[in-house]
Amino acid sequence: MQQDLLYSKTHEWARIENEIAVVGITDFAQEQLGDITFVELPAVGDTVEAGREMGSVESVKAASELYSPVSGEVIEVNDELEAAPEKVNADPFGEGWLIRVRLTEEPVGLLSPEAYEELAKSDH
Amino acid sequence: MENPIPTPLTDWNRSHGAKMVPFAGYDMPVQYTSILAEHEHSRTKAAVFDICHMGEFLLTGPGAAEGLGKAVTHDLATLAPGKCRYGFLLNAAGGVIDDLIIYCLGVDEYMLVVNASRIQVDFEAIKSRLPAGAAFKDVSVQTAKIDLQGPLAFEVLKDRVPGDFSGLKYFNFAWTEFQGARLMVSRTGYTGELGYELFLPAEQAVALWEALVADPRVMPVGLGARDTIRLEMGYPLYGQDLDEEHTPAEAGYGWLLTSPAEYVGKGKAAALRQKLIALEIPGRRSARHGDVVLDRNGETVGVVTSASFAPSLGHAVALAYVDAAAAEANNFVVKAARTELPAVKRALPFYKNGTARKAVTG
Repeated sequence: MQQDLLYSKTHEWARIENEIAVVGITDFAQEQLGDITFVELPAVGDTVEAGREMGSVESVKAASELYSPVSGEVIEVNDELEAAPEKVNADPFGEGWLIRVRLTEEPVGLLSPEAYEELAKSDH
Repeated sequence: MENPIPTPLTDWNRSHGAKMVPFAGYDMPVQYTSILAEHEHSRTKAAVFDICHMGEFLLTGPGAAEGLGKAVTHDLATLAPGKCRYGFLLNAAGGVIDDLIIYCLGVDEYMLVVNASRIQVDFEAIKSRLPAGAAFKDVSVQTAKIDLQGPLAFEVLKDRVPGDFSGLKYFNFAWTEFQGARLMVSRTGYTGELGYELFLPAEQAVALWEALVADPRVMPVGLGARDTIRLEMGYPLYGQDLDEEHTPAEAGYGWLLTSPAEYVGKGKAAALRQKLIALEIPGRRSARHGDVVLDRNGETVGVVTSASFAPSLGHAVALAYVDAAAAEANNFVVKAARTELPAVKRALPFYKNGTARKAVTG
């Protein structure tokens, strides 16, 4: 469990420094999805809203929605995932990051590492 | 739902970390490590698949050839001992009850290999069409089936199983002995790669499986990769691309209907209301089973029956039933859950580098 992150109940993480958040999906989420073959992300300049759909991720066997854990403006997206979505499997907290967001609101309702770990345990 | 039925390899699968799912009523491995890694290994080295869930029937006795010839589309008059053939069991309307391979074991002696989900339905349908007196037995439970597939399959077989199979041609089979049990080696498969389907008594399944996976060239592969591999070849999956509502001709197998026998459904088997077409979808995003297919004008013309990202090709592919008149077009649009995917009709197989027919040298 990454200790410097906050987590959503829908298995995204956010690393928040000042008014910037980096967002990804958790190791638990990538493990559940299996080999990821496609990632759809918002574009730079788009607005994302906490708890709202921001894209989707597909694996060989499943497709699921991505929800933004924070509210703000997308200032960077991980373009590498277009050709190499498997990076989300290999390094979900590092090279498999999804988007970088300039926050417009203080994040609320996110889980601590301990609380997320409990949730992930009970989820499966 | 009832508990899924274990195969002789279920305990091995579970204790070796396979992710298990119920499939056709059986407790089956969907993946051991990763679908993409297993797919890649099957295309480049050698894979073993637990296919013990599939059904096997034996038919013996005078009149077997003639009786069976009236029950299925296979031309049995030209099927010699040592050879096997793919074909269909049809209903009276020409719809596909199942696709199956029939092995000619000897004169008036056959083995039928059927889909797990169709064992009972097939057995009853065929039995009702056979003359009284033919001995027809379901030996699915006591028969294990392990598929060894991949470009290195022959090399592995040579090193791990007694016998010389260098002369064994595609859709031929031979017998050997493995740890005191009769083992049938059939040069067939569902991958498009060089490979063998191995049939033996259930008691010996674990021993053969362990002998094969002990080979460093071999990886156990689950049903997840089996599905992406077969779809790259365009091989149909019963229940998705084949069903009782569609004829063999609609599924693209009209050319296979050469039997002179008066089999059930013969008069209707060539009917073409829809056609199963192969679609290439540029990009990595896949369509899903059940997505609607539109023509260029946005009219609904069909439905996706199988779809996936194709790992060996780097883009998505699909099979879809579309109205026969619309099937002549080359460009379609798949209405997927979140977007519309442009699709181009292609000739099968999608993946053209399969080694299934490769000559082997002992």
